[in-house]
Amino acid sequence: MKNNNNELLLDIRDIHIEGYSDDAWHEIVKGVDLQLKRGEILGLIGESGAGKSTLGLAAMGYTRDGCRITQGEILFDGMDLAKASPGQLCEIHGVRIAYVAQSAAACFNPAHRLIDQHVETAVQHGVADRKQAMKDAVELYRELHLPDPENIGMRYPHQVSGGQLQRAMTAMAMSCRPDLIIFDEPTTALDVTTQIEVLAAIRNVVEAFGTAAIYITHDLAVVAQMADRIMVLRHGKLVEEAETRQMLSAPQEDYTKSLWAVRCFNVTPKARPVDEVPLIEVKNASAGYGDTQILHDVSLSVYRGQTVAVIGESGSGKSTTARVITGLLPAVEGSVLHKGEPLPSDYRRRSKEQLRRIQMIYQIPDTALNPRLTVGEIIGRPLTFYLGMKGKALKQRVSELLELIELDPVKFYDRRPQELSGGQKQRICIARALAAEPDFIICDEVTSALDQLVAEGILRLLTRLQKELGIAYLFITHDVATVRAIADEVVVMQHGRVVDSGERNAIFTPPHHDYTGLLFSSEPEMDPDWLDRLLAERGNLESVSV
Amino acid sequence: MKSIIRQLGQAPLSAKFGIAVIFTYSFVAVFAPVLAPFGETEVVSEGFAPWGGEYLLGTDNLGRDMFSRLLYGARNTVGIAFMTTALAFLLGGLTGLIAALRGGWIDQGLSRVVDILMAIPQLIFALLILSVVGTTVTSLILVIALLDATRVYRLARATAMNVVVLDYVEAAKLRGEGMWWLITREVLPNIAAPLIAEFGLRFCFVFLFISALSFLGLGMQPPTADWGGMVRDNAVLITFGDVTPLLPALAVALLTVSVNFVVDWMLHRSSGLKE
Repeated sequence: MKNNNNELLLDIRDIHIEGYSDDAWHEIVKGVDLQLKRGEILGLIGESGAGKSTLGLAAMGYTRDGCRITQGEILFDGMDLAKASPGQLCEIHGVRIAYVAQSAAACFNPAHRLIDQHVETAVQHGVADRKQAMKDAVELYRELHLPDPENIGMRYPHQVSGGQLQRAMTAMAMSCRPDLIIFDEPTTALDVTTQIEVLAAIRNVVEAFGTAAIYITHDLAVVAQMADRIMVLRHGKLVEEAETRQMLSAPQEDYTKSLWAVRCFNVTPKARPVDEVPLIEVKNASAGYGDTQILHDVSLSVYRGQTVAVIGESGSGKSTTARVITGLLPAVEGSVLHKGEPLPSDYRRRSKEQLRRIQMIYQIPDTALNPRLTVGEIIGRPLTFYLGMKGKALKQRVSELLELIELDPVKFYDRRPQELSGGQKQRICIARALAAEPDFIICDEVTSALDQLVAEGILRLLTRLQKELGIAYLFITHDVATVRAIADEVVVMQHGRVVDSGERNAIFTPPHHDYTGLLFSSEPEMDPDWLDRLLAERGNLESVSV
Repeated sequence: MKSIIRQLGQAPLSAKFGIAVIFTYSFVAVFAPVLAPFGETEVVSEGFAPWGGEYLLGTDNLGRDMFSRLLYGARNTVGIAFMTTALAFLLGGLTGLIAALRGGWIDQGLSRVVDILMAIPQLIFALLILSVVGTTVTSLILVIALLDATRVYRLARATAMNVVVLDYVEAAKLRGEGMWWLITREVLPNIAAPLIAEFGLRFCFVFLFISALSFLGLGMQPPTADWGGMVRDNAVLITFGDVTPLLPALAVALLTVSVNFVVDWMLHRSSGLKE
């Protein structure tokens, strides 16, 4: 994070961008100024729909299909990109300005080797010939701490992990040594332990080559590690702008403060009820798909009115455990007990009553709601199906449920899912689960597709409902902060095994189990020195690779 | 209802044209006996009378009024094609959805049967069965419907496959919902757009297929007026430079093009593209 050079590289003045939807033009970015010096890293944060990606792309002189720049200047090294011809932009893109997207998996062409895609830009723009570019690629792979840098480029995108792919993409963006790189949520889709590697690698190269960068994210802790300066956007407008340290220690605006406050949400853990049969007990369950065994001897129990959080990286078997409990994936060995009574392992053999008691809330609310049904129909169906409600009573109960999840029944009853925001959809999913009057709800990463503020609202709602209705939750997540906030008990999973479990306070108090410790320390903190300190503690990058 | 009218108002010219033609055809098919000046099989003059005068489009080889037979042809050919397509969709759509939802052996069994049926060229297969069971209207409809159901099956299964893996279908399964609810409420409404588009196209294929069979003599049997058969009956006139035998063919072509215009428009809308 050095700033030797004070020369202005990018100067965006009063930019206005409009997008076309619902047969009309809407302003997405409403007059934002942005200055970036050479070698500086600027963090752009805000909730989804704040216009951060649109602004990031505009810094390249590019707008998505259906968007247009209506006003303002984008001066990149003295040249106005807003008025530049496609030919001029083409000369700059990839060479002087590069872009790293959120999902590397979706941005690499799966049919070509990594290195072939890497050298394409340099060769096409005549910056280097193929041989030189290949040599340089290997150099960059080494710089980004990719394993086996000489040969990794020969692999196809599906043959490397998500974190490696994201670093390969950063390497690709560096291939022409651009003056500016736009990072659009490059680590959002990654696990915390992988995220660290990518963050450290990105910061290293950006520093090494003195590249300026715009870092777009919704995660404050991440931006605190990366940026020299932070801009907070909301509804297409600038809320606040300041140097990172100043912004973190003394945010000025209410909105910024509310973003910060999200991290303070905490529920006091409840003690496990004594002398009681567990509501749901998984006993020594093993399960898998075909010949691949995913779960090995998993045991856990959930008591009435308690929240048990299952935490682990992707592929650790968290969701598979949920599928075993619901009966979607019958366990090969072991059993699932409900109040001491064994449940049939296949959901098709469970009675309606058994099905009713276990409900599920999904990660992505968009696919969890049938787009062709109205909110009233979606919430009403379990009521009719399980409880035989009809007519007026049904409508009355649906309205009650909508009020329970803090949505106005009059406004929402006849809406369809596509007319709702992400957080509202997730609330409808919760209402659908509640309609069945269950005593156990599985929450599968219910907040990870949502913005922090919205996610916090959902967590608050879930805790309130638990207090009022005494429902037990199995809370599956990869987010340590969420676990810290709401869990009564914690189960840590790795490679399909339970590696650590216990009450929240016990788990969060050192000494930790090795893997638990790694997981917890990988959780980004707001302190801008956290990453440096962590890396220093861990000695070198190699040991971070998990 | 209002929104449908509004959408029609915004439709491109080609789609409006297509809809107008389809409406005209349906109107003619329904009111053929009222509109036609002569009976369907009535011999009113000598063979091959010229255009104009009493006979608007002349007469055919047996002296029946060409214009009247064209109108009746709309009723027979279009009506039968519609029934066949509807039957094919009922059969193929339902089995396809069941295969997608159930998976496993049911899916395997149904899919292999469909593969076998599709392995045999359609026209030859139809000719074979029709010459064995005889060419009544019922057998014609059943045979073509069965053959076309295989194509519908594959589309319904493929599109439903994408939907059944979504969480809301899983949620419905976990709720304990039966097959009928899953098909009618969870899956079918979400694959309706491609199926409707396919209905239009399939209708054209069936329509052409019936005309082709009639032309070959195994479709609708005389004296029933049918556009395919009418082309064959009067084909001899073409050698004299008369376009009359091509009129039924033109009627077929116009309807096919119109249906495709409408289908294109609907596909465009369902894929969410603008302009």
